[in-house]
Amino acid sequence: MDDQYDVIIIGAGPAGSVTAWHASLGGAKVLLLEKDRDIGYPVRCAEGVGAAGLQSIVDPDSRWIANKIKGVDLISPHLKTIHILNEDFGFVLNRKIFDNFLAEKAAKAGAEVLTKAYAESLCFGENGRVNGVVFSHFGRRLSLRAKIVVGADGVESRVGRWAGIRTQLKMKDIETCVQYTMSNIDVKPDVCEFHFSRERSPGGYIWIFPKGDGIANVGIGISGEYARYKSPLRYLEKFVQEHFPKGSVLTTAVGGVPVSVTNRQIVKDGFMLVGDAAHQANPISGGGIVPAMVAGKLAGKVAAEAVQAGDVSQSFLEKYEKQWYRAEGRTQKIMYRLKEAVYKLTDDDLNKTADAVLSLPEEKRTMVSVFKKALFNRPTLILEALKVFKTSITEVFDPLS
Amino acid sequence: MIKIKEALCDFCGTCVSVCPVDCIELQEALIKIDQNSCTDCMLCVYVCPIETLEYSHG
Ligand SMILES: Cc1cc2nc3c(=O)[nH]c(=O)nc-3n(C[C@H](O)[C@H](O)[C@H](O)COP(=O)(O)OP(=O)(O)OC[C@H]3O[C@@H](n4cnc5c(N)ncnc54)[C@H](O)[C@@H]3O)c2cc1C
Ligand code: SF4
Ligand code: SF4
Repeated sequence: MDDQYDVIIIGAGPAGSVTAWHASLGGAKVLLLEKDRDIGYPVRCAEGVGAAGLQSIVDPDSRWIANKIKGVDLISPHLKTIHILNEDFGFVLNRKIFDNFLAEKAAKAGAEVLTKAYAESLCFGENGRVNGVVFSHFGRRLSLRAKIVVGADGVESRVGRWAGIRTQLKMKDIETCVQYTMSNIDVKPDVCEFHFSRERSPGGYIWIFPKGDGIANVGIGISGEYARYKSPLRYLEKFVQEHFPKGSVLTTAVGGVPVSVTNRQIVKDGFMLVGDAAHQANPISGGGIVPAMVAGKLAGKVAAEAVQAGDVSQSFLEKYEKQWYRAEGRTQKIMYRLKEAVYKLTDDDLNKTADAVLSLPEEKRTMVSVFKKALFNRPTLILEALKVFKTSITEVFDPLS
Repeated sequence: MIKIKEALCDFCGTCVSVCPVDCIELQEALIKIDQNSCTDCMLCVYVCPIETLEYSHG
């Protein structure tokens, strides 16, 4: 380890590792810090990704693909199923191995990676500009200089706050989640299920993502807004009791997902935010793996260019912000409006939507048709939905076949 | 003040993401609330997925 780096990245999730990888490819001297002892563990994720989004960053690899998904089932409160078929929907990952693989990519491109390295604060130079990181590692406290510091610390997003950026999420803009990885349950082997109900998962949904061999991630996310009345844990317990009374729970995962628009500020002089720390996840699905990687790739490249140009000012780093908006940020804003509309629907509205979609011939039942029926009294939103489903790659699943 | 049932905590960071005054410190397996800056707003208590936090008088 040196005491001077071009770029120090805090957090080795998909956002941090992909940033480190692309900054290193661009020739920067990079250090990636992770507070946990293992990169990729504990897993706090349902592990679903859309094929197109994943492939825009890495080639699928059998070491970390647990299962290929060929369709989704959307399930209404009155338990009617809308099946949407698509041979290339996406994958369920094995995230422990996947996250490790991304960090290894960064290391192979030249980045130094360190685990058990907990960032405690930032260093500031002239004009209050960020110029380094203080972190602890096995009882030692180290202070290292960097031209650019990147906050990739996930939903906590404290690093951004240390840099003076407000990153707190509103209660309506966080999904609070619990998931069981279950075995001994009867699920379709290659279909992801999404259960919608205001009663059983207010402001969110229950998912069942199969991992193969009769194992599946069964989880729930509800809006923080409703969590004060009943925690997601209790909703999940009830669902599992009703649907899988004989199932076993192999793993329990807990976590939060930002379902917001991108944070108002994501760059400053010598500082950048990426991934969940920048609130880049898809607000309607909570899918954040692909957005984190898309942003990481853009941020890493721009960081390397800034170092090369000898200009790490906010105005230079805004190039990343602009590229993010062009690639996904604009779409994310529309997704956010869709979220606000869709999660307001009552169970009665949801049932009527399901019945209306099911009255269509099977080949016409697409994700877009679902939104059309659900938002029949919001025609302008439907038009926007049509636009984004054609252009976005950061869907959990890319729904238009 | 906010009490942490430490044996329950999963160190997931959901509470940290909403704390308006950023007074929750979270390491790999350690959680601390700075009671001096905490305003007892309860947001962390409400948002915790597994009911680890509670309000206690005194
Ligand atoms: C229950 C659940 C299910 C989900 N399901 C899906 C899904 O199916 N598909 C999908 O696409 N997305 C899903 N998501 C969202 C997805 O997991 C996140 O969006 C994604 O992990 C974001 O990546 P990231 O790199 O930004 O953050 P993270 O993966 O959270 O990584 C941040 C890293 O920073 C480290 N860190 C934090 N603070 C410090 C510090 N001070 N010093 C050093 N290191 C630090 C953390 O330990 C962590 O490793 C789910 C989330 C949850 C909670
Ligand atoms: S939200 Fe709950 S489980 Fe997660 S870190 Fe906070 S107290 Fe612990
Ligand atoms: S009660 Fe409010 S201020 Fe205190 S720790 Fe919880 S969220 Fe932060």
